[in-house]
Amino acid sequence: RLPEHVQVDDPAALKKLAKKLERQQVPLRSDYGYKVSLFSHLHQYSRKSPPTLQISIPATVIHPSIVRLGLQYSQGIIAGSNARSVALLHTFKQVIQDYSTPPNEELSRDLVNKLSPYISFLSQCRPLSASMGNAIKYIKKEISNIPSQCKEEEAKGKLQACIDSYINEKIILASEAISKYAIEKISDGDVILVYVWIHSERKFRVIVVDSRPRLEGREALRRLVKKGIRCTYVLISALSYILPEVSKVFLGAHALLANGYVMSRVGTSQIALVAKAYNVPVLVCCETYKFCERVQTDSFVSNELDDPDDLIVTRNGKSHLENWQTVKSLGLLNLVYDVTPPDFVDLVITDLGMIPCTSVPVVLRVKNVDQ
Amino acid sequence: MEERELVEYFRAQIREDPDVASAVAAIRSLLEFLKRDQSETILGLRENMTKAIQRLEETDSSVAVSSGGELFLRFISLTSLEHPDLSQCKNVMIERGELFLKKISLSRGKVGKLCHTFIKDGAKILTHSSSRVVLKVLENAAADNKRFTVYVTESQPDSAGKLMAQKLHNLNIPVTVVLDAAVGYIMEKVDLVIVGAEGVVESGGVINKIGTYQMAVCSKAHNKPFYVVAESFKFVRLYPLNQQDVPDRFKYKADILKTVKDLNQEHPMIDYTPPSLITLLFTDLGVLTPSAVSDELIKLYL
Repeated sequence: RLPEHVQVDDPAALKKLAKKLERQQVPLRSDYGYKVSLFSHLHQYSRKSPPTLQISIPATVIHPSIVRLGLQYSQGIIAGSNARSVALLHTFKQVIQDYSTPPNEELSRDLVNKLSPYISFLSQCRPLSASMGNAIKYIKKEISNIPSQCKEEEAKGKLQACIDSYINEKIILASEAISKYAIEKISDGDVILVYVWIHSERKFRVIVVDSRPRLEGREALRRLVKKGIRCTYVLISALSYILPEVSKVFLGAHALLANGYVMSRVGTSQIALVAKAYNVPVLVCCETYKFCERVQTDSFVSNELDDPDDLIVTRNGKSHLENWQTVKSLGLLNLVYDVTPPDFVDLVITDLGMIPCTSVPVVLRVKNVDQ
Repeated sequence: MEERELVEYFRAQIREDPDVASAVAAIRSLLEFLKRDQSETILGLRENMTKAIQRLEETDSSVAVSSGGELFLRFISLTSLEHPDLSQCKNVMIERGELFLKKISLSRGKVGKLCHTFIKDGAKILTHSSSRVVLKVLENAAADNKRFTVYVTESQPDSAGKLMAQKLHNLNIPVTVVLDAAVGYIMEKVDLVIVGAEGVVESGGVINKIGTYQMAVCSKAHNKPFYVVAESFKFVRLYPLNQQDVPDRFKYKADILKTVKDLNQEHPMIDYTPPSLITLLFTDLGVLTPSAVSDELIKLYL
């Protein structure tokens, strides 16, 4: 069964979604602008019309902190899979705090039902990431495991503690463990290319690669320069020019798929490809909670289309693409993710240790046995 | 047992039985050390064992000693050591140690049995340097009445290949010694390449005598299968990204590490072959592809 967010061009699926959202009293967000035909099966929203515009105040069905979170997602205020997951979990803590079991209902079943419209709303604001999906699965499991004789206050406290420990173990401590392993791989005198954020203390030089329209590399550059590390900043178009001087490439990942493919910011697979051509080792840093059971071999089937207006650039007072909607044959494509095959990745650094890309299913198997 | 006695015992093991793998000799010495150890607590015992392993690594810097030692330590402490009496715990550990030793002494035979079926009648085999496991494989194949010829590289700087040629000659297997530089020349004549390994790393690559990487690259260019035979106690928790990433303590012999200041002037004794160049690995755990090695390592170590 295909998920609904990749069936936007199928009218039957759209009708089903509209019915479901109406039932849950969640506003349906409409797509914006002309979509390139290869990607017409995906949603494309505009930042100028967030779904929160259609919600009445005070919000009756949807908890206000969820509304706030949805707005933060759709406007891009909270971005990056770790930040989004942590914000989601904190908001769920707030929701659980304010929840009270209605009479003749059990917390373990009713709370899960209460969360469904919130999740639908959040996915209307911005499609859920793999890490958020895993976090939600975990919370739902924890809620349904609450024994029925447990008193409400006790149950709530237990759930809060579960969420806290999930954030601590899987996200915060995991990134520290990854830094520790990554540091082992950096030797004195190395020149490292980053498309992601990393922290360490050896003597090395960093080249930060950045790409439009998000230009997230600037934040990484700022932090590195503050630490006194020698940096160079290039745009992704200069990649083949600087790669001959690079000794290692560090990349981040949004999710690791079960067939060993790495799903990450668009541009990552390009960097991995060129690095392979120059025989430079490529290392991917990814926490285990981002591993997902999905299998994907290309970047088309499941992706995310960002606001096409982001591609409009104003230089010398002129914005050339301002009226792109009037040109019937023009479409602006702002892809968010792409998929890198495992042959281009030499090593994956996780909180469990260093593993080859092909061993992701083994980790998933070990994790399922644990649970 | 003092460290000096331990090293003496280790050297004596190798002298008495030159056919034994250095890792097996190391584990025998560690077992003896465990039996004679006088510590009062489990923690003290573990500390002494770790120090003993380090001492043995300093004597013989091969990867196999390091991996064998670590696996031994993990295997004996894997049981629940909850007996209140230290001597009982020690007895459990010694029992498991003997079990481990028995298991790995049989590994070479298992590997030989698995691999010799891949050698067809009339095959021409290329191998590198002197490996006791490869010898066992070829011995089994010869015993199976298969006819094949072997090319062995000289493998400088210690000419270990000539030793291998002598041993094969004693088994009545036709063998030719070739120069290390002649690997590219001879590759079109051979049908398959079989090499041993000093260590198998997490990525599925192998660490072996210098010259193995060259042979692997040549066999890839000629589309000849490149097989590696190794026992499972050689699986080690390293993940080199390239030749430079292999730790120095494995690259050079133990005495050179202690005496020489500038290692850049020395020749490394081993190199790293990445998993993309290896067709299959034959181990006592079965016939594995390089990507399955990580799976096995996770099972062994976690």
